[in-house]
Amino acid sequence: MLEVKNLSKVYDGDVQALKNVSFTVNQGEFLAVIGLSGSGKSTLLRCINRLIEPTEGQILWKGQDVTAASQDEMRRIRRKIGMVFQHFNLVSRSRVITNVLAGRLGYVNPMMSALNLFPKSDIEMALAQLDRVGIMNQAYKRADELSGGQQQRVGIARAMMQEPAMILADEPVASLDPVLAHSIMQYLEKINKESGVTVLCSLHFLDLVHRYADRAIALNDGVLMFDGPPSEIDDEKFREIYGKDAERVG
Amino acid sequence: MKKSSSLIKSISVGLVTLLVLVILAYGFTVTNINFEETRSERRVASLTRILRALAHPRIFDYEYKEEDVEIPFYLGCPEGGVEFPEVNRSEAFIVASVACAEPKETIVVEGYNFQENSSGPINFIGFSADAPEGVPLQMGSFQADAQGNFRVEVTVPNRQIKEDPQAIRATGRVRVGSPTISRDAQVTWEKIVETVFMALLATTFGTLMSIPISFFAARNLMSDIKIPLSNISLSLVGWPLGMWLGLKANQILVNLLSPLFNSFIPTLAGTIILPILGFLFIKWILSKQDEDAELKLKDRFVNLLYTIAAAILVFASILFVGKLLIQIGIYLTLDKEAPLYFIRRFIFQVGDIIIMLLPAISALVGGGLFGGLFGKFGQTISDRIAPATGKIINLIITPIAGAAIAVLILQGVDWFYQFNNPDITLYWPAGIGAGIGLAFAIKASPKRSLPIGIVLYGIIRTILNGTRSVEALVMAIVFVAWVGLGPFAGALALGLHTVAALAKLYSEQVESILEGPLEAIQATGANRLQTIVFAVVPQIIPPYISFTMYRWDINVRMSTIIGFVGGGGIGFVLQQNINLLNYRAASVNMLAIAIVVSLMDYISSKIREKYV
Repeated sequence: MLEVKNLSKVYDGDVQALKNVSFTVNQGEFLAVIGLSGSGKSTLLRCINRLIEPTEGQILWKGQDVTAASQDEMRRIRRKIGMVFQHFNLVSRSRVITNVLAGRLGYVNPMMSALNLFPKSDIEMALAQLDRVGIMNQAYKRADELSGGQQQRVGIARAMMQEPAMILADEPVASLDPVLAHSIMQYLEKINKESGVTVLCSLHFLDLVHRYADRAIALNDGVLMFDGPPSEIDDEKFREIYGKDAERVG
Repeated sequence: MKKSSSLIKSISVGLVTLLVLVILAYGFTVTNINFEETRSERRVASLTRILRALAHPRIFDYEYKEEDVEIPFYLGCPEGGVEFPEVNRSEAFIVASVACAEPKETIVVEGYNFQENSSGPINFIGFSADAPEGVPLQMGSFQADAQGNFRVEVTVPNRQIKEDPQAIRATGRVRVGSPTISRDAQVTWEKIVETVFMALLATTFGTLMSIPISFFAARNLMSDIKIPLSNISLSLVGWPLGMWLGLKANQILVNLLSPLFNSFIPTLAGTIILPILGFLFIKWILSKQDEDAELKLKDRFVNLLYTIAAAILVFASILFVGKLLIQIGIYLTLDKEAPLYFIRRFIFQVGDIIIMLLPAISALVGGGLFGGLFGKFGQTISDRIAPATGKIINLIITPIAGAAIAVLILQGVDWFYQFNNPDITLYWPAGIGAGIGLAFAIKASPKRSLPIGIVLYGIIRTILNGTRSVEALVMAIVFVAWVGLGPFAGALALGLHTVAALAKLYSEQVESILEGPLEAIQATGANRLQTIVFAVVPQIIPPYISFTMYRWDINVRMSTIIGFVGGGGIGFVLQQNINLLNYRAASVNMLAIAIVVSLMDYISSKIREKYV
């Protein structure tokens, strides 16, 4: 479904964030991306929907080359790839429902949506998505009135509005406490198992990886160190990924 | 080692101090600092006069009961002296301690039988052949007691000695009746209202114009606009072509429809029917459009025709609305004394503005339509066609674009300098522009995107900075020449300055928004317009409100002085009063300014507190 070939990214100032990374993601998979902070996880996820322009390499999405796509094609590709962020990235002064409806922007008529006019079906769908993550009663509050866990659920609802084939989750639970972290991960799992949406999720904690991921890939300093089931990450692999002095927690 | 360095240090400190003193000394000469002058008697007297007048703003007028009492007086005692003048002791009378005096001598003047508590000036009246009526010169003033008597010391003025008798006159005044608002206060009220509204209109206009501009002047929004050369060149050709076509279409349509505007009924009918038609048509187009479908060339062409038809419908609707408003306005403003005349006049003016702006709107719409269309075509060339072919196409279209732009720029320059020489306005710029275009086409790869956004950003920022550096006062001089003396010129000048200043402040707010929501909205597949509406606008509303209020505050302050150059408002009267040495009236003006400015300051800070 998604094929990443020899992907490299060099930022201005010669910082090499990704070095020749290649892997594939299969339909319906829950794939975890692990690695230290600054190992290139965020860059990798953002290269896939070209929020960051890759320097070299190819990304094939259902056979189509993302790196060579025109603006119109990119719009069609992006709307099929939902994204969830570590800091939720909600528009805090807008209402929850507006934030969720923003997920439809890739589908609706640009002029109409600029006037904040959405089809009735989209509004119903937004409420249904909020219901699914259990916060339909908060729909008309301002986004910044919600707690962190609730905000991330809005983020997931927004991604689900895109009717995505895949969700990119960039450390979705890193700014939440462990209990909330599990509840958010369970939503992602539910989306993955029930709706068959492929999930590509970067994570910090190995126990979360073991618990939720079908497969894991690991990055260290922009280089792909590991690709396989989480159960294969033994102590030796762990030190390869996280460095010699690392100790396992959790 | 340590010692020598501390020596060097103290020497250098000494040198710097010396240098500062020299600079200050030069500054004293350049700025004409002279405190000797400030201590001179003449200067102190005039300062006192002005400050006292300013401290007595003439807000109320009183009616006075006045009585003049005059006695003859000799300036310079003639040989043999003079008799004290006879006075009628049954009425009010004054007595001087001497009947004659030398200039600058101090004498005592006593008055009796004046009105109770009356007060007024004691004047020396100088008679001459030129002024047989006499020229009064104030020597002092008196305040009578409850019996109507007074005694004051006054100084005889320093005038030429004369043989003929001069006079001393005491004028006693008592207020009668209740005070009335003075003429100065009335004028001040009218003008301060004018001032506040001038500032309000300038701020409104400036805000409306600067909001869209501010997005183009924000680095974070512009820096990632990168498009390939073929797109840029075709857009550059498409824009002027589209603007020209838009203007032509405007002319044709206006000529075509003009017979309808001769009478009221067809105008009204058009105003009702056309917008409905336009609305239904646009709705129909939107319902037909399928965002998912891959568009074929034929569909694109049909879509273009639809868009043009919709644009014409919308355009015609606006034209009809404008014409209707003008007709209604003319009918309503026949009687200038009618109630709510200002609303009637407003209707006419709005219609007039709409009609005036139509050519500009149609040029912009035409330019946008064709620029966008050509650009899209250019993008397709870059996306779909092999690099070698793309290069050849670039080699043809980029020189054309360069030549077209250079010629257009030089045509603009020609308007100012009137070369009237096709060498300068046509052949040379076309050649140079084509050359630059060719150089770009050779250098740039047809597939690579060029950072046109940051170039546009630079151009817009430069224009804004240039406009902002011209004071509104200077702009007002140009506008006074264009639209005549009065508040309209002032409002235009302030408005233009506001556009430049606010666009910069606004764009800095756009630059400081959170990147996260922007990224999230982009990731949903939103286009640029949607990203701005959904991720940028909600974040910038509070600072925009705050800056708009702040600017209104500034505009009120500016509009109080823009009248100095003929821009209307209170400054106009203030300057007149100062020039006529009418300081008590000027004082009323200044008082009004102080009240309004501090009130604005208070209100704007309250509103800003609420929104930030």
